[in-house]
Amino acid sequence: MAGRLEGKVALVTGGTTGIGAAAVRRLSAEGAKVYFTGSKEEPARALCDETGATFSKLRVQDAAGWPGLIDEIIAAHGRLDVAFANAGTESGDGSIEDVGLEGWNNIVAVNQTGVMLTVQNAILGMKRNPEGPVGSIIINSSMNATRPLGNYVAYSVTKAAVCALAKSAAVYCGQKKYKIRVNAILPGVVETPLITQIMNAQPDPAAARAMYEGMAPMGRMAQIDEISGLVAYLASDEAGFISGAEIAIDGATTAGMMGV
Amino acid sequence: MSMEHSAQRLKGRVAFVSGGLRGIGLACAERFLAEGAEVVLSDLDAEDSATATEVMAKLGQAASYVSANVAKEEDWVRAVALVKERHGKCHILVNNAGIDLTGPVEDLTMEGWRRIMSVNVDGVFLGTKHFVPMMAESGKDFRGGSSIINVSSIMGLVGMNEVSAYNASKGAVRLFTKGIAIEFAHKKTPIRANSLHPGFVETPLLKAGFQRWVDQGFAEKSDDLVAGVVGSTPIGRLAQPSELASAAFFLASDDSSYMTGAELVIDGGWTAQ
Ligand SMILES: NC(=O)c1ccc[n+]([C@@H]2O[C@H](COP(=O)([O-])OP(=O)(O)OC[C@H]3O[C@@H](n4cnc5c(N)ncnc54)[C@H](O)[C@@H]3O)[C@@H](O)[C@H]2O)c1
Repeated sequence: MAGRLEGKVALVTGGTTGIGAAAVRRLSAEGAKVYFTGSKEEPARALCDETGATFSKLRVQDAAGWPGLIDEIIAAHGRLDVAFANAGTESGDGSIEDVGLEGWNNIVAVNQTGVMLTVQNAILGMKRNPEGPVGSIIINSSMNATRPLGNYVAYSVTKAAVCALAKSAAVYCGQKKYKIRVNAILPGVVETPLITQIMNAQPDPAAARAMYEGMAPMGRMAQIDEISGLVAYLASDEAGFISGAEIAIDGATTAGMMGV
Repeated sequence: MSMEHSAQRLKGRVAFVSGGLRGIGLACAERFLAEGAEVVLSDLDAEDSATATEVMAKLGQAASYVSANVAKEEDWVRAVALVKERHGKCHILVNNAGIDLTGPVEDLTMEGWRRIMSVNVDGVFLGTKHFVPMMAESGKDFRGGSSIINVSSIMGLVGMNEVSAYNASKGAVRLFTKGIAIEFAHKKTPIRANSLHPGFVETPLLKAGFQRWVDQGFAEKSDDLVAGVVGSTPIGRLAQPSELASAAFFLASDDSSYMTGAELVIDGGWTAQ
């Protein structure tokens, strides 16, 4: 299925590393013209060289910067078909008892307001497509939307919030007869550079790895390219009847209890 | 990567699809064949029936047919033996065969209840039970392992007026799937299991169901019921069987290698509102 996304233009937020970078690679490989945002310029440049994608330095919570990015994409390619709202953070998070207002606000700004702005601006961009409003928007939530973590309250809450956002936007697009689909994906633990860093920083990295791997009944973490298959499928016309869905991709972590 | 993107992404795999002569099952068989898999399908029709002959002629050499009732254990034993003899392997199982039943709960008969449970629930259990040993072996062939795809419904997620028996049967499929997914994962058996939750799909089942409602006086004509369903679906149309087949294909392929115990809802936004 080479070229399943041929002719499509895609935007990935937080695309410089991890799941986002894997999505940039996969969407490009399937024929899409890809734009991605992020904060790390060094890996961004390498990814552009590797894939032919275009990097734009935008913080997703920067409302004023969004129209310019959409204009730039449409000026370059005449359209926008796919948006992967992937940028996220857990920096400054804590438990309900000790999370600080600054940390909370930062996480809400990126994970929730940033996703809202991504979806809002993607829809505005998709409405400018020559054949009318068509497109596919994919929000990267987390399994912690349905399995909140005790020591990451803001992360858990914002990941749950964007599931409702996906459904609200999906229903709205239906009401307006826009052919724009909006879905949320809920990955389990994915072995991103961030997780690798956390594991390696532990006194016993091997034990830390075993702990992360043991979280999923499958007994391992996801690799970043195991998420991009789902992103590419949802981005494609093959998923034309999927909207407002929450899709777990977590090696059975949220399916239930492992038992004894 | 390049393997993933070439067509024929199921080359070297064997798939079994129950209820494969019509609707969603037939669309799955067609898609798997187009992706290079070999497919065995089952249905109730006799092997020399006009329908079976016609469908199999269309599907070609890589497909074969076995007449088997999913509610009968001996039929599954025969089907598994046939797959083993013909292919020696099985990587993909779509437990698709299903029937519906509607009506006020006090009017449902015990026979009707038993019948829908025997097809929609016993059928999924028996198919899984009898295919697991072969699929566990075959699952070692590919990164994503073997894949069981159980066709539930949006009616396995939410209740609906006078659909209680079908609701119960499809809800059972949803949780049975999570149970086996955890079991396989826990034992490192290379089989993934996920449930598909179609919304309203343009198939013979849907047409027959709507006609029954017309006969019972719920509506004047079937088209009015279609219009009602389309009007209450955010995407504003019925699904085509091929759109369920592309989802089954995604779940069958290595692209979903980390997905197990999950629900894939394909309903045009119906349950989101
Ligand atoms: N059509 C829809 O809108 C819809 C929506 C949600 C879920 N589903 C589910 O999708 C699956 C397929 O439905 P469809 O719409 O394609 O139906 P369909 O009636 O068009 O096809 C189902 C096939 O299963 C076969 N079958 C029935 N009982 C059987 C048995 N005991 N043993 C073997 N085969 C048997 C039938 O002969 C038929 O060929 C079913 O499980 C159904 O409940 C359908």
